[in-house]
Amino acid sequence: MSTAVPGRIRGEVLSVRRTGAYHHLTLRTPGIAANTRPGHFVALAVGGDEPVRLGRRAFWVYAADPGGLYGGSTEVVVAVRGAGTAWLTGLSTGDPVDMLGPLGKPFALPREPVGCLLVGGGYGAAPLLGLARRLVDRGCKVHMLLGAATEDGLLSPLEARRAATSVALATIDGSVGTAGPVSTLLPDAFGTLDVEVAYACGPHSLLRAVSEAATARGAYSQCAVELPTSCGTGLCLSCVLEVTGDDGRTRTVRSCVEGPVFAGDAVRWGRL
Amino acid sequence: MTTADLTTRLGRLELTSPVLVASGCGGSGRELQPYADLAALGAFTTASITLEPRRGRRAPRVAETPAGLLGSLGLPGPGVDVFLARELPWLAEHCGRVIVSIAGGSLPEYAELARRIGTAEGVAAVEVNLSSPDGWDRADAAARDGYSAQRVLAAVRQEVPRPRPVLAKISADVGNVTEVAAAAARGGADGVTLVNALPGMAMDPVTLRPALGGVTGALSGPAVHPVAVHAVYQVHAGLPDLPIVGTGGVRTGWDALELVLAGASAVGVGSALLRDPAATDRITSELTALLAEQALPSLAAAVGLGHRTRPAITESETA
Repeated sequence: MSTAVPGRIRGEVLSVRRTGAYHHLTLRTPGIAANTRPGHFVALAVGGDEPVRLGRRAFWVYAADPGGLYGGSTEVVVAVRGAGTAWLTGLSTGDPVDMLGPLGKPFALPREPVGCLLVGGGYGAAPLLGLARRLVDRGCKVHMLLGAATEDGLLSPLEARRAATSVALATIDGSVGTAGPVSTLLPDAFGTLDVEVAYACGPHSLLRAVSEAATARGAYSQCAVELPTSCGTGLCLSCVLEVTGDDGRTRTVRSCVEGPVFAGDAVRWGRL
Repeated sequence: MTTADLTTRLGRLELTSPVLVASGCGGSGRELQPYADLAALGAFTTASITLEPRRGRRAPRVAETPAGLLGSLGLPGPGVDVFLARELPWLAEHCGRVIVSIAGGSLPEYAELARRIGTAEGVAAVEVNLSSPDGWDRADAAARDGYSAQRVLAAVRQEVPRPRPVLAKISADVGNVTEVAAAAARGGADGVTLVNALPGMAMDPVTLRPALGGVTGALSGPAVHPVAVHAVYQVHAGLPDLPIVGTGGVRTGWDALELVLAGASAVGVGSALLRDPAATDRITSELTALLAEQALPSLAAAVGLGHRTRPAITESETA
């Protein structure tokens, strides 16, 4: 999968919408949305022109619309965690946002119409909805498993039902779907569905579970790995993980540049 | 309005621009290419090259602090062999001039690195990292005193062919920066880079333990900028003929000009690149505009200007 050449633009806030536990931030992003694929991310600067917080914040692209009234727009899902994300969700329509994107290597798509399992934890479901639509367009059967701590942490379950062939939900508190982590749905999914490729995005423990379950059944897995970064461009060297290549050698690589999507069986999960 | 002449010199090394990428924040150069005009750089300074490949420290490696970034990377890198084979040729082709930073764990290691790097094609100068709070355990590290700085520089100078300049990168976290700079010059440094990141720490609000996997970090960003201006000012006052590369928290053209006024002949841009990978282009144009605004005909005319008595204000001739 080739990597789109990233760009740096002054985006503009179109809307900030609170949905459940998250905020959906939609930005006018001319020139960026057209090159964006599921699994790409963007890195936003926070704090304006005299920043106290220097690092960028990275977000999965939830939706990218290259056309429309705005000459291209990009929607990301923000979970407020600190001053930087709070600043972003406090923006108003028309406010500028310094943005880099699309960044990283996106999900690879199968050439044949095969059965696919998409597993998302919390806001990690963000890149999976667009992926589901693309896979369905290619004739793939798409089964989605979405999980979160509570109901309001489930990202867009209704849109998922519209996009996918089947959807199953899990919440830790049991408020919706099966009680427990979404990984508890994996044995049943792999046992009953015809899965050749599994895609996952979410907490590392979930990615590891999906990767191991897929490998055990001879399926491929593609895991989008989120690690803390302060740049998104490969410069800060903070988002590193260990990956074993086809040559059998293990290397320390940057998730933001060499990933964020990795073959699940290449990642040394125990070292994360 | 004529554009100020930006050419500058670090001893024998002539640079077309005073704006450099500082060590450790420019990746392999390729990461910056989509955003910045690398050919317009005065020079690209590499991350510190070590003899052997190093994986670096465990996560978390970066923590944000007010107007600063704490990095605890542990000098990760491919080692000198891979650097010379795969990274240096690309940099030399795309970045104009390449200053290669080296970090050794002992005198023989510094000498070996100097021999390998100092004779390689495409190297404009060697920068000796004397004092990274990030790289080594404090005990064995770091020539943070004049005596060790002189010994390291002498070992390096002996291996680097004469016409090629050697710079010593010094921390502000030393007793007397001017003394260490003078000792480095006695050892054979043609110039000094001021300042290296400062040691720092932050605690994690959830675990109530050090926020960085490596516990101690290297503080960079605007928070350290006044420290850099002070160090450059001190060293230029004491050693007016020693070329200085000023670095530390440079984010704007004015930040760069402050270091120049204090005595720097060139300015390194580091952590600002993490937020703005096009920072060197922007800083160059802001610096050019500031020189024009101040009716300074060249960068050279501004170097050390902050030390000179301000002339009585007269009516502008162009008014």
